[in-house]
Amino acid sequence: MSEHSGAHGDVSVDELTLAEELLGSGTTATPPVAEYAMRLGDDALILSQQLGGWISRAPELEEDLALGNIALDLIGHARALLRYAGTASDRSEDDLAFWRDEPEFRSCWLVEQPNGHFGDTIARQFLFSAYQVELYQALATSTDPSLGAIAGKAEREVAYHLDHAAQWMLRLAGGTEESRGRITVSLGDLYPYVDELFEDDELTDRLAGVAPRPSSLRAGFDRTVASVLAEADLETPAVKPARGDGRRGGHTASMGYLLAEMQWLARRHPGATW
Amino acid sequence: MVTTTAELAEDEDGRARFDALIAADQRIEPRDWMPDKYRRTLVRQISQHAHSEIIGMQPEANWITRAPSLKRKAILMAKVQDEAGHGLYLYAAAQTLGISREEMTAQLIEGRARYSSIFNYHTPTWADMGAIGWLVDGAAICNQVPLCRASYGPYGRAMVRICKEESFHQRQGFEILYELSHGTPEQKQMAQDAVDRWYWPSLMMFGPSDDASPNSAQSMAWNIKRFSNDELRQRFVGMCVPQFEALGLECPDKDLRYDEETGTWITGEIDWDEFAAVLDGRGPANAARLRHRREAHDDGAWVREAAAEYARKQHDSERVAV
Amino acid sequence: MPTPGETGTEAWPLWEVFVRANRGLSHVHAGSLHAPDEAMALRNARDLYTRRSEGVSIWVVPAAAITTSDPDAKGAFFESPAGKNYRHAVYYTRAEGVKHL
Repeated sequence: MSEHSGAHGDVSVDELTLAEELLGSGTTATPPVAEYAMRLGDDALILSQQLGGWISRAPELEEDLALGNIALDLIGHARALLRYAGTASDRSEDDLAFWRDEPEFRSCWLVEQPNGHFGDTIARQFLFSAYQVELYQALATSTDPSLGAIAGKAEREVAYHLDHAAQWMLRLAGGTEESRGRITVSLGDLYPYVDELFEDDELTDRLAGVAPRPSSLRAGFDRTVASVLAEADLETPAVKPARGDGRRGGHTASMGYLLAEMQWLARRHPGATW
Repeated sequence: MVTTTAELAEDEDGRARFDALIAADQRIEPRDWMPDKYRRTLVRQISQHAHSEIIGMQPEANWITRAPSLKRKAILMAKVQDEAGHGLYLYAAAQTLGISREEMTAQLIEGRARYSSIFNYHTPTWADMGAIGWLVDGAAICNQVPLCRASYGPYGRAMVRICKEESFHQRQGFEILYELSHGTPEQKQMAQDAVDRWYWPSLMMFGPSDDASPNSAQSMAWNIKRFSNDELRQRFVGMCVPQFEALGLECPDKDLRYDEETGTWITGEIDWDEFAAVLDGRGPANAARLRHRREAHDDGAWVREAAAEYARKQHDSERVAV
Repeated sequence: MPTPGETGTEAWPLWEVFVRANRGLSHVHAGSLHAPDEAMALRNARDLYTRRSEGVSIWVVPAAAITTSDPDAKGAFFESPAGKNYRHAVYYTRAEGVKHL
């Protein structure tokens, strides 16, 4: 994508389709790899869907652009991961996104927490991006070349998401009394969903070498979060973890509404192309 | 205010320079002397244009969360995001004329400013995403390409960037309609229905006929506007005719005909009463659009204040450190 | 003279953005934006002016920090170079036809 015309590049619709190296170049995922890719893909998809709801509603136009960029990065990751996941069962990215029911989604509970106000969205993004940075760094060296390629590209993008969210954590915590109060509450509300991100299970045990064990990512996450919170002069919330069940298809109440909105149109027209 | 003779003389020099620049088809830049009315016309036009981009995000943003495929979702997000960017470029161009974005935003959310009335229609179906891209962006591009040569430098430069970025907007809309019109019967009906609803309003986007357009003549003399409303409308209709055919959809204008003698397209009667009503705030979505914008602005106030306060504190602590 | 655009009254000030399209090229003015401080200005510039990979480096400058020449003084300010065409290579004609000069 280094071709330029004039001072700024042109973009065509085709360029928004996936880059060749992200398509898995014809490789078929094994069922456990597909299940793993689906977890990651669903996380990215659900968070992108949520951020898409912000566009035209952000606190300032510059922030509409910023949240839009993050949402676009995430939907790119979701498409690559879901395509790869679908190779195991001969399903397309859209089959997986629009035609699975709630219990078949493998996304974690953190990403399905509602947008709330800007502070809620920033706290959610901050925690999730801090996790994704560790995840994709480790996954970039996966023995599975497709996962490695996807992670290698995503790694740089999520590092920017983390930076953006961290900048806002500092400003909201160090801004006005009101903003400090709000972001403190947001962080406390969302922190219970952190533990689920780092739970090992039978699948991640089986995928040694292919995927990092989630528990191995925790230390890096804790360091990142602690350093930003220290700079923001915020405490790590002393809250009890929620028993998140997303990896096994259990979801919170908001997931049903989210999927209803996302899938409604596609499902009204079975077999249609768009 | 007392105007001194020296100021009057300066004005005369300035006017002579301004007139010479316009006559030579040169650009006017922010610090140049310009007639008050030129400045006011530009502030009005550029800010209206910026408001249109920002309000124009809404009818499409409304479908981001419901887009029927992930590819369409990504494209639509990128497009609506571009519109925010275009609003920003234009607010910045207007700002060089001495009005702040805060003032323009206040004018918009208090209902004192105008924006393109096309965005006061609702988007009940997915096919509306196609019709907006194909017809509304298509009409906008016809209007905007000549503005790249507008005599006011910052406006022209903003428009160059916008036109380059918008090249994909119309095509993605056409593609949406193409998929629908070549899909299931329900999809094709959805496409025809959307085109029926958006065709006439998109023709109205070029503004009233030349004989009923009060500001046009002066804007053309100042090289802000390069072609008349009717000329541009003609050009647009001419481009649409073969595209309707490619889509396999019917043009809702049953009286449309090509006049061999003058080489122009004669359209059926445009409902200017509807145009006037929507422009006057009585369109289907006027109230909803303003409310959405106002709520976003109000909901974001604490965030903007927090960031400003943080910057102030950082600045103060740096000064203490020195 | 101050640069046009900065009003000094807005909660988030105006910033001017300069983008280097490729290594080896100068930073060129791309446009402006609003941001609360320089860190956010850089990030906003990245999100607004490089979303189609238009740049490899960005400068942001508070609009208030830019001083511009006065266009009304154009005559006096830019007159002097006009009479000095010997600053341009084409002034020297004797070398015509001679190679490597």
